[in-house]
Amino acid sequence: MHMHVDRDEFHPLGVDRIRKDFPIFAGDSPIAYLDSAASSQTARCVLEAMDGYYERYRSNIHRGIYQISEEATAAYEDARRKIARFINARRASQVIFTRNTTESINLLAYSWGNANIGPGDEILLTVMEHHSNLVPWQLLAERTGATLRFIEVTDEGLLQLDDLDKLLTDRTKLVAITHVSNVLGTINPVREITAAAHSIGATVLIDAAQSVPHLPVDVEALDCDFLAFSGHKMCGPTGVGVLYGKRNLLEDMQPFLGGGSMIRAVQRERSTYADVPARFEAGTPAIAEAIGLGHAVDYLDGIGLDAVHAHEQQIIDYAHQKLREIDGITIYGPKPRIKAGVITFNLEGIHPHDLAGVLDTTGVAVRAGHHCAQPLMQHYGVIATARASFYLYNTMQDVDRLYDGALKAQNLLARRQG
Amino acid sequence: MNIYEEDILDHYENPSNYGTLEEPDISYEEDNPLCGDQIRMDLEVEDGVIKDVRFCGHGCTISQAAASMLTEEVKGQALEDVKKLSKDDILELLGIPLGPVRLKCGLLALKVLKAGAYGIKGWPGEEDDEEE
Repeated sequence: MHMHVDRDEFHPLGVDRIRKDFPIFAGDSPIAYLDSAASSQTARCVLEAMDGYYERYRSNIHRGIYQISEEATAAYEDARRKIARFINARRASQVIFTRNTTESINLLAYSWGNANIGPGDEILLTVMEHHSNLVPWQLLAERTGATLRFIEVTDEGLLQLDDLDKLLTDRTKLVAITHVSNVLGTINPVREITAAAHSIGATVLIDAAQSVPHLPVDVEALDCDFLAFSGHKMCGPTGVGVLYGKRNLLEDMQPFLGGGSMIRAVQRERSTYADVPARFEAGTPAIAEAIGLGHAVDYLDGIGLDAVHAHEQQIIDYAHQKLREIDGITIYGPKPRIKAGVITFNLEGIHPHDLAGVLDTTGVAVRAGHHCAQPLMQHYGVIATARASFYLYNTMQDVDRLYDGALKAQNLLARRQG
Repeated sequence: MNIYEEDILDHYENPSNYGTLEEPDISYEEDNPLCGDQIRMDLEVEDGVIKDVRFCGHGCTISQAAASMLTEEVKGQALEDVKKLSKDDILELLGIPLGPVRLKCGLLALKVLKAGAYGIKGWPGEEDDEEE
């Protein structure tokens, strides 16, 4: 039984007010931006915080013996504390700044993987992983002689967890899984999978790129060993991401990139390395971006992730209701209510690129392609799909514009068949 | 200008030279990994002239329409002249400007043709960039 959603129903979030916080939606004909799963829009307070750094205290961090460098260092480290609190990490030092989720996972694959994975070891992934949580492990497997195993996906777009007991063996050293599928929106039971993995002694990484921006995520409650996410999907700037890790694991890890900031003492032939997190932050980091991400976290905290999630659920309900009316539509993945704010679909006889192209002419931005998840596309036997993804600033009108644009594409394109 | 011009839609709906040849002298197939568009080109060549040509495959409007237009263009041409066809020739055939992503859709047919005929593997237009 599907719940009926009234298009004009009260928004729990006060979306009109929220839209005013995003400069891109100013003006008379704002874009219907339905691609936040790829990259979100940036909140004004984030832009102002970054401008503030550049205009008033721009300088390098950690070594300057002058006031604005101390200010910059304090702002950078303050951002780390905010982010740690946001995901309920015990200490700020468990938050390592990287460029993005991809770099976080590559860091882990080298620094942890090289030391802990050997020939015959198994790494357990799922078929719904983004390439960023697949290719680094393929490379590690090539380096070490380890084997990759996969949790399959059901036709409904859920993980086939009946197989989990068989897939977790005494050879399983790492379980690396996505919290929320970037294609299907499936919210995976990562807490239960983590517990099962720990019971056989495996280490767990959660790819939280699609969850931290949209749902309350608590690393203590999940008990995961590592967690990775990107700033640019959560109202923050591009170029900054996070790797969270348990303290003892991070402390045992060797550096990833060598250079300035990550050392304790350097001699001609060898060096000793700094403590965590500096050990993993070689070179001048994305200072303005880290400060910006700290403000993005404040912004999301002020609204509340529960409210963000509820808002997205309401929109996704309405999107399903509306799009299901279209003849020849195939919607992939789970029903609303058990997934995040993503709807992935195809219209019969229309290449998703053409659909996205027609939508673009009406000011609607969706993604079309394989969404960096080719194994999942292969599972569904499709080459590409169209994906609309929603965030706190999207409205029911955005869904209407998607619907109207899809009909326009059908009128224009669905003529040649066979 | 709208990229879904009537002319392009006509070629998409009723493509010229669609299908395969039974005994092609040259047959080559490639896809565009970005969007999964796929095109195969079959050529019958006699005395250095393209006597017959067919294409088949699947993909978006732009890739299929460009392939259809290209087969019309090269049928009866000397194979040697195909080498001279450029990115701009395809854009002229399509008659619309294309952004960087859709450009690859438009150029896939020419890429396949050149790869089949001469083993030229790069994207049309990008070889120029390298010289600059």
